[in-house]
Amino acid sequence: MTTAPATTVPTPTATAPAAAAPAATAPQARAGDGASQPAVRVRGVRREFAGREVLAGIDLDIAAGEFVALLGRSGSGKSTLLRILAGLDSDATGQATVPERDAVVFQDPRLLPWARVLDNVQLGLRHRDARARATAALAEVGLGGRERAWPATLSGGEAQRAALARALVRSPGLLLLDEPFGALDALTRIRMHSLLRDLCRRHRPAVLLVTHDVDEAILLADRVAVLTDGRLSLDEPVRLGGARHRADPTFTALRARLLTELGVVDDEASEGDGHQAEYC
Amino acid sequence: MTSLALGSRGGADDVGAAPGSTAPTATAAASTATAPTASASASAAAAAPATGGPGSVTLALADPDRPPRRPVPKSLRRLLGPALLVAIWQVGSSTGWIREDVLAGPWTVLHTGYSLAADGTLGDNLVISLRRVALGLALGVTVALVLALVSGLFQLGEDLVDAPVQILRAVPILGLVPLAIVWFGIGEEVKVFLVALGTAFPVYINTFAAIRGVDGRFVELAHTVRLGRLGLIRRVVLPGALPGFLVGLRFALTISWLILVVSEQINASSGIGYLMDQARTFGQTDIIVVGLAVYGILGLLSDALVRLLERRTLVWRRGLEAR
Ligand SMILES: Nc1ncnc2c1ncn2[C@@H]1O[C@H](COP(=O)(O)OP(=O)(O)OP(=O)(O)O)[C@@H](O)[C@H]1O
Ligand SMILES: [Mg+2]
Repeated sequence: MTTAPATTVPTPTATAPAAAAPAATAPQARAGDGASQPAVRVRGVRREFAGREVLAGIDLDIAAGEFVALLGRSGSGKSTLLRILAGLDSDATGQATVPERDAVVFQDPRLLPWARVLDNVQLGLRHRDARARATAALAEVGLGGRERAWPATLSGGEAQRAALARALVRSPGLLLLDEPFGALDALTRIRMHSLLRDLCRRHRPAVLLVTHDVDEAILLADRVAVLTDGRLSLDEPVRLGGARHRADPTFTALRARLLTELGVVDDEASEGDGHQAEYC
Repeated sequence: MTSLALGSRGGADDVGAAPGSTAPTATAAASTATAPTASASASAAAAAPATGGPGSVTLALADPDRPPRRPVPKSLRRLLGPALLVAIWQVGSSTGWIREDVLAGPWTVLHTGYSLAADGTLGDNLVISLRRVALGLALGVTVALVLALVSGLFQLGEDLVDAPVQILRAVPILGLVPLAIVWFGIGEEVKVFLVALGTAFPVYINTFAAIRGVDGRFVELAHTVRLGRLGLIRRVVLPGALPGFLVGLRFALTISWLILVVSEQINASSGIGYLMDQARTFGQTDIIVVGLAVYGILGLLSDALVRLLERRTLVWRRGLEAR
């Protein structure tokens, strides 16, 4: 695996005015190349809002090609961490090194309504073959033929797939996903899961998936982390093979552990197979 | 687990239900089954009363056998009032109830309009008026757009531009006529200047607000796809602000005609307004009404033009309807 040139964001301790000047406040420096260096390296990242500390020192490494799922209760700061890694938060402090090429899929599809689907997918691309790549990416997510559609005419799942295509077409070194399937129905979600698994296997980006859904995390990730009270209270690999089943004892055990970590009383796990049907 | 008890159609206490109504009635009462098994909820549903409970209501729906009414087209109905008005006007003029020196009759007006058009007077003056509006609009809209971009995109721009504009906006444009005459004399410049000034304000205000109203989430997106400042403006800010700009443009067109009318009637030697003012000195009410009609038609046409522009440029909004 060749290491992509990385961007270090040593976020300043000084309070920068929250002006609409993107990337102007964070001085960016190239990190030296190193074959053993992880794609993402986060050290002591802190963020507070109005005196309330939401992130209280996060340490996190993500290897190139590794898929990490981040779990946490609502309001625990998952999105905050993801936004910091996406370079959207200039007020955080600490150290974060991320690949130069990253891509974000937000919780909402966030397609520009005034641009056709294809133009949304190739937004900001400067390659000469951007058009062809975007067309290919759309085909990959099953939206071939919808290039000239307006975003308003897409269904929720289609729009989210277009957003996924927009992220993939950048061949990112880091893919940041903020509950990308939260608004989808269970069926579409299952289809999106296998789509995402396939795409990640093929493109091999480092992935950080923020989710509420414990099953989703175990099904997709190589590693799961839980954010509690501003720190990663749990961070461990998922020791399951390629084909994962909810009935697998390792699955259920990990699921129970994660739910406990999240402070949920796990009375659904005992239902066993019956639970699988109403998975969402 | 909750099961809903559904009543049968047509309860015994149906009053005023349309014959042939097929709406099933839903009772508001929901029984809560405590047993979590599926069979329990099924038996609960089976045990539900066969008739609507006391809380049920039957909806009065249309009778499918009733022949559909053929409505008069709306556009036709809308013409009724104006047609009646013109008829009264014509009758009043013919009977001498409305004197010719107060208001010429519709037939006279049509006749005068035709002869003015035939000898070229109307066309020549119309071209002059149109030219004034076009020049004023082009100037006003351009300046307003540039100012709106400067103050919408840059904080410093807002500080420097927005406050003065907001203050100037409080001055009625037509109050500036004497000063404008001092500056530009009574030639073409003064009319173009006044139209430009009058149209600049609505365009500026609406465009500025639209730029500031562009969804911040799209600005974030632009950052994550590395659009850069120019790309952000071109791909996000401008298209996002376009609907607001078009609203401003529509206001501007209305105002441009208003200002033209006044400035042409105050000091001019050509144009529709001049034609009307000259007619006033000779008491030719027919020519005045012809001028009014021309202004009205121009106003309608320019509004239609902006609406066409909206349809063309905002297709993405109608995406769903277009299919
Ligand atoms: N811009 C902001 N200003 C003030 N407080 C904020 C801001 N952004 C986030 N917060 C607060 O920080 C906390 C963490 O927010 P965050 O969006 O990261 O939560 P989350 O873990 O993503 O939750 P969810 O799962 O519901 O999306 C919340 O309590 C939120 O109110
Ligand atoms: Mg969130």
